[in-house]
Amino acid sequence: MKDTPLSNCERDFLLKAIEEKKRLDGRQTYDYRKLKITFGTDYGCCFVDLGKTRVMAQVSCELVAPKENRPNEGIMFFNIELSPMASPAFEQSRQSELSVKLNRQLERCLRNSKCIDTESLCVASGEKVWQIRTDVHVLNHDGNLMDAASIAAITALRHFRRPDVSIQGDEVTVYSPEERDPIPLSIYHMPITVSFSFFQQGTYLLVDPSEQEERVMDGLLIIAMNKHREICSIQSSGGIMLLKEQVMRCSKIASVKVSEITDLIEKALENDKTARKAGGRCGYAESITQERITALKMDETPVEVTDVKETASDIIQKAEPSPHKVPSLVVPVPGVGQVGQGLKNTWGLEEEDDDDEEEEEEEDTNDNGSAEQEEDLTVMEEEPHKTGESREANVVELSDSEEEEVIILHPETPDRTPKNTGSTSHQKGAAKSKKRQKK
Amino acid sequence: MAGMELLSDQGYRLDGRKATELRKVQARMGVFAQADGSAYLEQGNTKALAVVYGPHEMRGSRSRTLHDQAVINCQYSMATFSTAERKRRPHGDRKSTEMSLHLKQTFEAAVMTQLYPRSQIDIYVKILQSDGGNYSVCVNAATLAVIDAGIPMRDYVCACTVGFVDETPLADLCYAEEGGGVSSLALALLPRGGQIALLQMDARLHQDHLERLIEAAMTACKGVGKVLDEVVRQHLQEVSVLTSD
Repeated sequence: MKDTPLSNCERDFLLKAIEEKKRLDGRQTYDYRKLKITFGTDYGCCFVDLGKTRVMAQVSCELVAPKENRPNEGIMFFNIELSPMASPAFEQSRQSELSVKLNRQLERCLRNSKCIDTESLCVASGEKVWQIRTDVHVLNHDGNLMDAASIAAITALRHFRRPDVSIQGDEVTVYSPEERDPIPLSIYHMPITVSFSFFQQGTYLLVDPSEQEERVMDGLLIIAMNKHREICSIQSSGGIMLLKEQVMRCSKIASVKVSEITDLIEKALENDKTARKAGGRCGYAESITQERITALKMDETPVEVTDVKETASDIIQKAEPSPHKVPSLVVPVPGVGQVGQGLKNTWGLEEEDDDDEEEEEEEDTNDNGSAEQEEDLTVMEEEPHKTGESREANVVELSDSEEEEVIILHPETPDRTPKNTGSTSHQKGAAKSKKRQKK
Repeated sequence: MAGMELLSDQGYRLDGRKATELRKVQARMGVFAQADGSAYLEQGNTKALAVVYGPHEMRGSRSRTLHDQAVINCQYSMATFSTAERKRRPHGDRKSTEMSLHLKQTFEAAVMTQLYPRSQIDIYVKILQSDGGNYSVCVNAATLAVIDAGIPMRDYVCACTVGFVDETPLADLCYAEEGGGVSSLALALLPRGGQIALLQMDARLHQDHLERLIEAAMTACKGVGKVLDEVVRQHLQEVSVLTSD
């Protein structure tokens, strides 16, 4: 199935917004979306949420014969899987352009930078070495897969433990985790990629492009760095012309972002470690009961509200008094439909972009100050204060989202999350009951 | 390859070059009769053939047609005898597919594709002998082939790989240097405007050194650009002499 193309209106709107240094989700130019790192029950399983982009990485190991030209080095294998589940644009075929790009970039970022000590993975020189395989699965595609994949992969590698082995003569014994504690990989540094998208032939630059932004961008520059400010790989793509100054600026931004992300990863690993030590429920088992795997989440949209009140009252004052004509009544006789006119449309409420767009429109246009508009404005004023409540009244599923958000911020500390999830059979019911507990 | 000295105390490299010295570039244009444009280019011991067909009507799947510009189709392949170990697949593995993508991207930036809407330009490049800098040699050869085909470009696209050893940027790496654990950077440049059509770097390098490395790469690319310009001029002279008779 082919992806639905972006309409010209949407394209122009996005580009216009970028020109005005605004982004649809309310971020600043250099902002990342919210990044969450969660772990599975097993060692080496890691979920990364970057806004709505969601990827899972799983590391596994296997004893194999080494490559002929490298007899005492372990083998690293990376694979990014783009399943059609994540986006309608992904096809089942093995090698799409995007998949080759992502795979090679991940390989370059993690293998060529020699961040993992492959010699420590040698068991018997020339005979047996560990093959470490990292599989990254894209669960949901909402832009910037590369960054999400690289964070997931390196975090999973850090989290992973391989079984201990011992050699007596020619005999290699692999110990199960019960017999001997598994051993972490030795990782020298953590390269993390940061993506920059360019618009209008490089005039505008955004960090962490969302899916829609990726569709209208001219080109992409991916820089992989570690927190020691060492560049591990650079890759430009798309037909843009870069200037040296732009590259230098991007590398500076990247170094800041990378140190932030590295800190976050360290914290997540630390949290997971303490949770495991405490014997609390962690990883997959926990996420199932919280419906973190299956539930569709919605995050609150950060809406720009600096001068909303002023603008709103301004518009109201300037607006001409509404003509106050009573809309011609359409008697809903059975079998007669009513068209338009004052019916509130609740269709778009679930899409977070809508809020942004509405706001934009309202700020720009004050042509016909009808009663409808006033009503909308008042809603807008309220929104920043009690988003949750007002939305809850309209769409019940949204309460779920707020709930999710609160928990997932610190998923590694089980003591903070409510253990009792109530009846999980009915999703809404469960969410509500949890909510009550917390209040 | 530990212990191998890539840069001697006297400032010479493995093959006796200075740090900023390029390998010898030799090229010929118009080596095939059938193709619209073709070129053969040697850069040291790396040898590449490039062939260009088009612009012509879209072939294969018509759904890829772009209504406002030409589609560029690239295929990179390496002859099975090009490396020390015989290659099993000349093209189609991950590395070559990636290389094709990069070539495509480079030429999409450089060729004036908007002049040929709804058409296709094919660029086929083959490495005959590989001794480092495959990407850059391919780009340089393909540039000549595109010029030979008479397809308008914004500028020459010149590419070069540079490495960084002992705080010194080395221009135009050969195979031994590429494999020797040097951080290498490949850069495709449109020399006149100093615009970078493609930038790719592997291995670790501190951020502070990046600027110097890019600078060195740009100088090297400009050097290559001069040679290419000479080749084109000479070729035109030869052709005009032949046709004037």
